[in-house]
Amino acid sequence: MNIRILKDKIAGRTMLVLTLVSILLAVLVAWGLFYRSLPLLENYSLTDLLTSSAWKPEKGEFGFLGFIMGTLWVTAIAIILALPLCLLVSIYLSEYAHPRLRKLIVPVVDLLSGIPPVLFGVWGVLFIIPLIQDHIAPSFVDNSAGYSVLAGGIVLAIMIFPLLITLFLEVFSTVPRDMLNASLSLGATPWQTVKKVLLKKAMPGMIASTVLAISRAFGETIAVLMVCGGNVPGIPHSVFDSGYPLPVLIANNFGETFSVPLYDSALLFAALLLFVIIFIFNAVSRIILARVKRKIE
Amino acid sequence: MKVKGRNIEERFFKILMIISALIVVGSFFLIVGTIVVKGAPAMSWDLITKVPSGGFFLGGEGGVLNAIIGSFYIAAGSSLLALLISLPVVIYINTYLRKRSWLGNLTRMGYDVLFGIPSIVYGAFGFTLMMYLGMRASLLGGIIAVTLLVIPIMIRTMDEVIRTVPNELYEATFSLGATRLETAWVILKQVAPGIMTAILLAFGRGIGDVASVMFTAGFSDNIPTSMEDPTATLPLAIFNQLSSPYEGVRAKAYASALILTIFVLIISVLARLLSKKFSKNKV
Repeated sequence: MNIRILKDKIAGRTMLVLTLVSILLAVLVAWGLFYRSLPLLENYSLTDLLTSSAWKPEKGEFGFLGFIMGTLWVTAIAIILALPLCLLVSIYLSEYAHPRLRKLIVPVVDLLSGIPPVLFGVWGVLFIIPLIQDHIAPSFVDNSAGYSVLAGGIVLAIMIFPLLITLFLEVFSTVPRDMLNASLSLGATPWQTVKKVLLKKAMPGMIASTVLAISRAFGETIAVLMVCGGNVPGIPHSVFDSGYPLPVLIANNFGETFSVPLYDSALLFAALLLFVIIFIFNAVSRIILARVKRKIE
Repeated sequence: MKVKGRNIEERFFKILMIISALIVVGSFFLIVGTIVVKGAPAMSWDLITKVPSGGFFLGGEGGVLNAIIGSFYIAAGSSLLALLISLPVVIYINTYLRKRSWLGNLTRMGYDVLFGIPSIVYGAFGFTLMMYLGMRASLLGGIIAVTLLVIPIMIRTMDEVIRTVPNELYEATFSLGATRLETAWVILKQVAPGIMTAILLAFGRGIGDVASVMFTAGFSDNIPTSMEDPTATLPLAIFNQLSSPYEGVRAKAYASALILTIFVLIISVLARLLSKKFSKNKV
């Protein structure tokens, strides 16, 4: 056999194996986390773990509700703040802005996406915390140190700006130009066209993009840890309460507390919970986005 | 009357859009500006040329050189390792497989999903894996965890770039009698700047991430000399300094944050310039 063809075949087989192995990585991560959570799952029922908020590992009480609620609070605040802003910016960039202005704004959004989480945390501590403590909180509550789910939500909102804007722009670009032009030529104003044509056609892709942004916010750790002030587990009752989201639970305690029975198992269960939720969210929204894209191809 | 109403609506939303754009663009400059203003006064040569002395976190002398070097080691090591794994995968799904093969689509979909998995999960998994293998927090552990984190970024970025290569180039090389492997080299030469972009993006992500290295790389006041040494990283150093009750140590955290900001901005701008160069060469 020709040596070139042999080389081609050998390289092909090697790369196929590598591709398959690397895809199995996801399975390996899931299995590893599940295997280490088993001791906890064997001793407690899943419903108890997810619906109790009593967290006293040394007494054998593992209730994740407080952490789940912490995650939901910061994520909800982040999405409520970021969604309308990013939607408006994306519509502006895709339908209104002059190409030159677009070329100025998009790179800034890209640069924002390159800023590491820890710098968002530092900025949150320097800027958002004093802002909440001195200016926002006093008009609503008597006493707030500033470290709160609101601070976490604001920082997270800015962190997901680039993701949301990039995805929205991508989705908008799949809407056929002819359709928008048809609407405009019938006398609709640009905003009416956006409302009645663009947003309607782009809806599935926009929902998928939002779900992706939610899952990004779910897993963010260090920035949230720096500004949420979560030291005591508990369910937040207002935006000015401190919060203790799931990733923070892992970051704060992992690697130190293996003398307490089942503690490490509980922390890896928290990681498994994050993995499963985010995996499902991502898979569903990526499939929807791929469908949206394929339609125009 | 109706026409007037819709014109008001038009103007109202346009103003809202401009305000939103200002907020988004402004937030970037506000973040960088805050860090520059707070970090610049505390900046010193000592900070970037010395390792921490005893009692650094209690306000002692020294700098964060250990963390700067540690971060570079981890980011460079994991980018290299990730490249060795990603490149074959990307070549395989693009030159060996057909355009709409199920394996190619599954791989792309899989890495899109893995791209969304948060770094804390990779960190926790990496640490579990290390305990299973009997390893301790070390440079190697950090590199492995960050490699898991950046492989999806690399594969997806390189794949996007390679997919812009026109079909004619494949057909031309195949018709000259080249094998698939030889074709892959031609394609790689064509997209070389795009591959550099992917490496830079991975490097930037690796240098800035905390959650994946906080358990796997550990922390140390010394510059690592072997793969088994625990290794400090710049983001973790910033985080540790910021938790200090001493104002002087916190000021050093701001200055360290400024160093990290400069690094990531240089990397991001380089990556962008390269990808621009790439799009200019488009056939």
